[in-house]
Amino acid sequence: MILAKFYPFIPEPGLMLWTLIIFSLFWFLMSKFAFKPIAGALKERENDIQKALDEAKMARQEMANLKSEHQALLEQAKEERSQILVQAKEAAEVYRKEQKEKADSEFRTKVDSALEEIENRKMEAMITIKNDAGQMALDIAEKILNKELKGDPAQESFVKGLVDEIKLS
Amino acid sequence: MRKAIICTFGILFLTLALLTAQDHSHHNHDHNHSHDHSSHGHDHSGHNHDHHGHDHSGHNHSHDGHHGHNHASHGHDDHGHGHHCDCGKHDDSFDAGAVAFHHIMDANQFRVFGDINVPLPCFLKSDDGFKAMLSSSFGNAGHGNGKYAIDKYVMVHGTVMRVADEGFPMGKVEVNCYGHEEIVKDGKELPLFTVSYQGKCWKLHEKSTLDGGILGGGITSFYDFSITKNVFTMLLGFLILFLLFRTAAKAYTTRKGMAPKGIQSLLEPVVLFIRDEVAVPFFGHKADKFLPYLLSVFFFIVGLNLIGQIPFFPGSGNVTGSLSVTAVLAIFTFVITTINGNKHYWEHIVWMPGVPAWVKIILTPVEIMGMFIKPLTLMLRLFANITAGHIVLVIFVSLIFIFGGAPSMYESGNMGGSILGTAMAIPLTMFMMAIELLVAFIQGFVFCILSAAYIGAAVEDAHH
Repeated sequence: MILAKFYPFIPEPGLMLWTLIIFSLFWFLMSKFAFKPIAGALKERENDIQKALDEAKMARQEMANLKSEHQALLEQAKEERSQILVQAKEAAEVYRKEQKEKADSEFRTKVDSALEEIENRKMEAMITIKNDAGQMALDIAEKILNKELKGDPAQESFVKGLVDEIKLS
Repeated sequence: MRKAIICTFGILFLTLALLTAQDHSHHNHDHNHSHDHSSHGHDHSGHNHDHHGHDHSGHNHSHDGHHGHNHASHGHDDHGHGHHCDCGKHDDSFDAGAVAFHHIMDANQFRVFGDINVPLPCFLKSDDGFKAMLSSSFGNAGHGNGKYAIDKYVMVHGTVMRVADEGFPMGKVEVNCYGHEEIVKDGKELPLFTVSYQGKCWKLHEKSTLDGGILGGGITSFYDFSITKNVFTMLLGFLILFLLFRTAAKAYTTRKGMAPKGIQSLLEPVVLFIRDEVAVPFFGHKADKFLPYLLSVFFFIVGLNLIGQIPFFPGSGNVTGSLSVTAVLAIFTFVITTINGNKHYWEHIVWMPGVPAWVKIILTPVEIMGMFIKPLTLMLRLFANITAGHIVLVIFVSLIFIFGGAPSMYESGNMGGSILGTAMAIPLTMFMMAIELLVAFIQGFVFCILSAAYIGAAVEDAHH
């Protein structure tokens, strides 16, 4: 039994018929119960994965947005703080100036009133001194005149005139 | 099946033989599956496997089916000295080629070990009507031969044959022995099987085949639609694949939203590979429509290739190495290509646009031939690759017996030679099995991707 008849190479109707039946069934049943459900599930899973990736990307994006918002808020707050600080400084400056001016004016008023007081006292003192000096001069002159011009009314009025002149000056 | 015993036990037993150093002629004929007639009682009158050895009178006898009658008297008495049926002649030398060719044949029963066969259903159709039975009804006379003829059908070497002669009785009758010789018909040397019954020699018909006599077959007196070894293997492969994929498919619903596990993660990358590397590149947005067919072809072929690689029952069947099987698969691809072919496809076949008229006249027959050559190459490639693999494996294992150089199947050979043969057979067989494992996947993939290419070309949208 050598190469005379190579059996596997000879097409047999029986084997062909069975192959036809079995492969048709195989194709039909495997498609319906295995390949289509598996292919569907794989596609679904791919879509799920894609969706999950997209969602993650969106979440990241959102987070980045939130972060930048926070940043902006922070920046704003900082700016506000510095503004407030500046304003506070200015206010303090103004207040100090005001206080200073107030103090200065009070001081000046006090000094002025003191000076006035001094002037008044000086005038008083001058008046007193003039009066005293006139009296003294009058006394002195009276004594002198009493001795030399006693009884001379002319002399007396003259002296009196002189004393008034002193008073007036 | 021969590979089954040889691969697993041959090497093991040979080692045992070396240890025990007993009469290893016994081992030899256990392993090379020679036809040991002592096991079923009759002397060396049973079979003749050597067409070189027998004299040419044998040829002459065989041309005349009734010739046996003339010699009936002495033929029956002195048990086969070639006078009738050629049952007697026995050449025992080990023939690795014969072993290999028998291994890749289909059969009506599934041999497990020795003379233990799994019976398979036989569905036979002849002019006498339809007959259904189990192959075990033929009885077991050893070597795959049946003890009985049932309604003219007999079992010879695991294959159902039919007595061509009208004179043979119907019903169940016990037969003597089977003969085998070579005859020359139309310049071709063809085997002729005979059965000896009541001292007469009866010619046997083999089942009808569709080669029209070109390959030595042809329409005979009966058709065999049995569940043969190959059909059994196909059904088994179907069952295994279906259960595997059903388990995986269910896991997608029960384990929804979870990572794949077990069988699911074994099959998923393969399915994805076919989808992304075969279906999508060739079909684009139509991939979903053709993916189930591509997956079916791929897993059917790969599954059967792998089952064929298992060297013992229920493996070893040479399914994808049978032209009948690959032809049907190729026809599927051809039919799908043809019925899905769009205007653009037919235009390119019948009247190729964009070339001068005289070129079109040449191109059209070429394109039409191409339509048929494409599936033919699919059929032949798969068949040749798998068959060649099976043959080479058997031959490599046979090195043990070839180097052993036993003068016959029943005498001890040369121990040194056997050891040398074994030393060569083990690495070569291991290498070959590894290659075949690769080939199993490659051929499945090639059939799948080429089918995709052919169908893809037919459904492709016009792009110019």
